[in-house]
Amino acid sequence: MANLTLTNSDLDAISPRLVLDKGTRPTGYKEVTEDVVSIIEAKTSRAWWIAFIVSFLTLIMLFGMLSYQVATGVGVWGNNSPVGWAWDITNFVFWIGIGHAGTLISAILFLFRQKWRTSINRAAEAMTLFAVACAGLYPVFHVGRVWRAYWLFPVPNTDLAMWQNFRSPLLWDVFAISTYGTVSALFWYVGLIPDLATVRDRATGIRAKIYGFLSLGWRGSAQHWTNYEMAYMLLAGLSTPLVLSVHTIVSFDFATSVLPGWHTTIFPPYFVAGAVFSGFAMVMTLMVIFRKWFHLEHLVTIKHLENMNKIMLVTGTVVGYAYGTEFFIAWYSGNPYELFTFINRAFGPYWWAYWSMISCNVISPQFFWSKKLRTNIPFMFVISIFINIGMWFERFVIIVTSLHRDFLPSSWGYFRPTYVDILTFVGTFGLFMTLFLLFARFVPIIAISEVKGVIAGDKHRHLPEHVEAQMAVKRDEIMKVVA
Amino acid sequence: MKPIFPKSLDFLIRAAGAFLGFSILTGVAAYTYFTLPVVQDTGYRPEQPVPYSHKLHAGNLNMDCYYCHNTVAKAAHAAIPSTETCMNCHTRVKSDSALLAPVRKSYATGEPVKWVKVHNLPDYAYFNHSAHVTAGVSCVSCHGRVDQMVEITQVQPLNMGWCLECHRNPAPNLRPAELVTKLDWEPPAGKTRAEIGMEIVKAKNINPPVHCGGCHR
Repeated sequence: MANLTLTNSDLDAISPRLVLDKGTRPTGYKEVTEDVVSIIEAKTSRAWWIAFIVSFLTLIMLFGMLSYQVATGVGVWGNNSPVGWAWDITNFVFWIGIGHAGTLISAILFLFRQKWRTSINRAAEAMTLFAVACAGLYPVFHVGRVWRAYWLFPVPNTDLAMWQNFRSPLLWDVFAISTYGTVSALFWYVGLIPDLATVRDRATGIRAKIYGFLSLGWRGSAQHWTNYEMAYMLLAGLSTPLVLSVHTIVSFDFATSVLPGWHTTIFPPYFVAGAVFSGFAMVMTLMVIFRKWFHLEHLVTIKHLENMNKIMLVTGTVVGYAYGTEFFIAWYSGNPYELFTFINRAFGPYWWAYWSMISCNVISPQFFWSKKLRTNIPFMFVISIFINIGMWFERFVIIVTSLHRDFLPSSWGYFRPTYVDILTFVGTFGLFMTLFLLFARFVPIIAISEVKGVIAGDKHRHLPEHVEAQMAVKRDEIMKVVA
Repeated sequence: MKPIFPKSLDFLIRAAGAFLGFSILTGVAAYTYFTLPVVQDTGYRPEQPVPYSHKLHAGNLNMDCYYCHNTVAKAAHAAIPSTETCMNCHTRVKSDSALLAPVRKSYATGEPVKWVKVHNLPDYAYFNHSAHVTAGVSCVSCHGRVDQMVEITQVQPLNMGWCLECHRNPAPNLRPAELVTKLDWEPPAGKTRAEIGMEIVKAKNINPPVHCGGCHR
């Protein structure tokens, strides 16, 4: 095998690099900066304006719906006895769950030295923040008198002369979500500082001033980097338990009640797996669009997408297993109410929701066992949409089907959303997309400094022995990396 | 590299931060103070369509509260007297007074006088007058010395914390039920209000609800 014909692209088939060539142009430090920062330096594109206007109008509709609800009362939503929690809490859990991928990617994958996180973590963390903002709307507006929403927090007050119920997971939830929002925002911002400085250094005039202000005087000195790395590590450490705790506590909202269908010890791990599952699906949906739109296919590579699909396969299977376990326990417990609830879920009036959930969440990720399918971009995009839908249905099924059959058959009911329910939910997508488009317009959507950190690693990637033997002599020449 | 900002920015940022922090604290304090029920609600005294004086009727003439508010011991709602109740006397007393013109008009047309409600609880709080009056809570506990008011004024904040204060410790506001309309009642010598209240709590087994469903149904 003296005849050496291997190129970097050939090697990518064996062990893909994290930063690929763009066409024939190799990608080095300079190119990473150029490719990412030029997105926000370019003139605002027509496509962006169209997307933004559509999202913003949807956001205005959300404001309209919420104003109508505040002015009229919570009765404009469809929830009523016996289904006291419906779309509001469904959507709350849906959005909170979506946020989990961001924290998982930024914190847990960071601590496990998963280098492929670098090009997706910025967008995923932004997604987390915006999803938490959407989620936070629901409990705040569900209280009815929003101007009293601060009563959720244990602040001393003279109006009520009473405290929150500290034994209630609803109060723990207030702390879990607010901590989660705060830490995620800090983590995201700390990670942004070096990149904002990069943007500042290329900018002039008012832009330089704004980005200069936001980059907090970053000069990139060794001291700055030492402090930065330490801060980032600590925040990753702080965020890691949150990945598990936030959705655990969300699941306690249900699990600590005595309602068949909710009163289940499997809820915490089941909810966390579901949250990560839905979060990765949303990251996938967004990244497939944005990498294409902004020509970032060489930074968010097929390897990144494939890895995310693998995580979806794992978490989707865990979720499917949890559905099975719930059913098994419903039968094994010998509790007739529990058994009734689960049979009613699958074959009762909400059978369509249950089977939508099963087909979207259990069946669709199973296609990712096939390498061919999990590297097929249009296919994974469609599957990610299915998973988003399925995970919404999961929360709907858990909440509404457990409530609509009360212990007293005379109180049985059937929940139907009102148009306000529906338009409010659609409106939260407006909020989410407005924020995300602003993010894509003004902030580097890829962590430039972190991607630069993995370029050198590509030079030393592990290859099978026989390949290494082939290129023993000319290794450096073949695996040359522009720096 | 040429710096983007002058060094004086450091001071400006700190000053702006301090100002912002101070403004937020002041804002929160102001909001808290001005929305306190004792500030916002106590002292409410709307103008009534007829200058009816409780001081004259309940005080000087010593009319019993029950004469006009005749449902309070039996019903949840404290009735505002109908025009006919007024006219029981005012067909003969001051029958040509200009101040009573709206009452006479109401009597002639059957249109009720549009009295303005002073003690107004929110719709989600279910207050039952009979439960309180028959237990021995006097009118004065919530409405003050109405027999000394020319115009009705709200004297208590009527917020939830204020309700709960008594629900948690009802004894000081209890007296024999037949004396609830005696607004100047004093406990007999040698006994305090709380002691008498305690006897009533025991005798009637009074146990006011402090759970949400007690008042919010």
